[in-house]
Amino acid sequence: MSLLNLVTEPFSFGFMRRALAGCLALSVAAPPLGVFLVIRRMSLTADVLQHGILPGIAVGAVFGGLSIVWMGLGGLIAGLAVALLASLLTRATDGREDSQLAGVYLVALAAGVAIAARERGIDLTHLLFGSVLAVDNAALVLMASVSSVAVLGLAVIWRPLIVESVDAAFLQGQGGRGGMWHAAFMALVVLCVVGGFTALGTLMSVGLMMLPAIASRHWSAHLGGQVVASVAVAVVSSVGGLLLSYYADLPAGPAVLLVAGGIWLASVAAGPYESLLARRIA
Amino acid sequence: MLYSNNDKPPLRQRRIGIAAGAGGGFGVRNLAGRVVGGVIRLDAVSLMQGRRLAVERVTAVFGPGLSSVAGPNGAGKTTLLRAMAGLHPLASGRIEGLPPSRDIALLPQSGGLDRHFPITARELVIFGAWSRIGPFGRLGSADATLVDAAMARMGVAGLGDRMIAALSAGQFQRVLFARLILQNAGVILLDEPFTAVDAATEADILDLLAEWGGEGRIVVAVLHDREMILQHFPTTLLMAREAVAFGPSVAVLSEANRRTARLLSERWMGLAA
Repeated sequence: MSLLNLVTEPFSFGFMRRALAGCLALSVAAPPLGVFLVIRRMSLTADVLQHGILPGIAVGAVFGGLSIVWMGLGGLIAGLAVALLASLLTRATDGREDSQLAGVYLVALAAGVAIAARERGIDLTHLLFGSVLAVDNAALVLMASVSSVAVLGLAVIWRPLIVESVDAAFLQGQGGRGGMWHAAFMALVVLCVVGGFTALGTLMSVGLMMLPAIASRHWSAHLGGQVVASVAVAVVSSVGGLLLSYYADLPAGPAVLLVAGGIWLASVAAGPYESLLARRIA
Repeated sequence: MLYSNNDKPPLRQRRIGIAAGAGGGFGVRNLAGRVVGGVIRLDAVSLMQGRRLAVERVTAVFGPGLSSVAGPNGAGKTTLLRAMAGLHPLASGRIEGLPPSRDIALLPQSGGLDRHFPITARELVIFGAWSRIGPFGRLGSADATLVDAAMARMGVAGLGDRMIAALSAGQFQRVLFARLILQNAGVILLDEPFTAVDAATEADILDLLAEWGGEGRIVVAVLHDREMILQHFPTTLLMAREAVAFGPSVAVLSEANRRTARLLSERWMGLAA
């Protein structure tokens, strides 16, 4: 029973339970979006977003103090602006956008750190890497709301998003507005990244979206299976990561991502699809 | 073929017709509700590709049956096809006689699709039902039957659960044609449909095209193979940015016309370099 106690005891604390609830909410919502990002080769865009929301959150904190609503709103606006900028650059540079996108996120990170450092009372480490202690009831409501909107939103745009991803010209020819669905998808991604920053930090919240998604490719060949697998990986990572964070006294964000990273490496090595082991057997 | 009011069309077409009834103003409606018998008129159509003039004052008429668009690489054939599908804005000129967009089907070059997206062949075929089920509608059992019939017609009934990434080039093209069958459009635009396709698939596709032509659908294909055009496509537009010749394929694809097209293309290739 002592092993079970090791798992349950940390969650007897309220702050751990709230952190767990928040992370589980995000685990259901964010990884499916990540699956689409991975398939559409937009992983870099996710990187840009995680840096891009930082200046927005910092500005929000300057205006409204350390209120979750103000910081979230600032992050949301900055994230949408960066997503728009990224898609414009992608189009304008005709496939050579990676260096441009790197430029965007470097500048955004620098601006965010500069703004946050000028303002006393903002704990930069906390913004960047998250803290389970920061998940108060307001933050929990934010994470739960964001996740609900993201899950429902993805359900609504699911079919057009697939058609647009596979054959954009087909959707356009059918009179479907491909750009609209893509924009809605990016908005959901931004929403999830912003939703994750209180517990996981801006630098880490994209990780809960991307690492399970990358790992999921090794668990199913089909989109639906990959989405389910990604959620499962995220849930396990959330529980495992928070325990690691508790016992090893690590920030929550890095701990959750380290566990997710471990699962990803194991999946690459021995997952049933396209893993090193599967290739060796085939 | 055109159905009179007393003819009974095959079940497949009747079912589609209920949902797909196209707007008027284009040719004659058959019982299936699909519009047949019209013509598409291109009147001095010019198209820009970025800042480059890709198509210059092309005039042509595509009627029911099989037509081809031929010409050297970079001649603007794909751009013209996209314009006919309503996907490319006209810089000048007019295109008349186009039906509503849901009655136009465009088969892009195979490179235009993401072949690695993790969906099955059957799911890709179901795309063809978009005009009836849209983003949120349910795929009814009638539509599901149509999906199976279309896949059977193209000889890929057994590949329904196969991931599209795992299909051979020929199988993938068969799946795309099953999607076209499901779309049941009156105007079908094909961009190099036989590229990298095996002989058996080519024969099956030609068979389907002949059937479509016989039903009075307008089929326009971008093609390179002169022998194939002469055998199966009675009308041809030969273009090299501008229209070199238009009319019966045998006359259009004469030695002299093809030389003209080549010279034209070399000239503007030289200008571009």
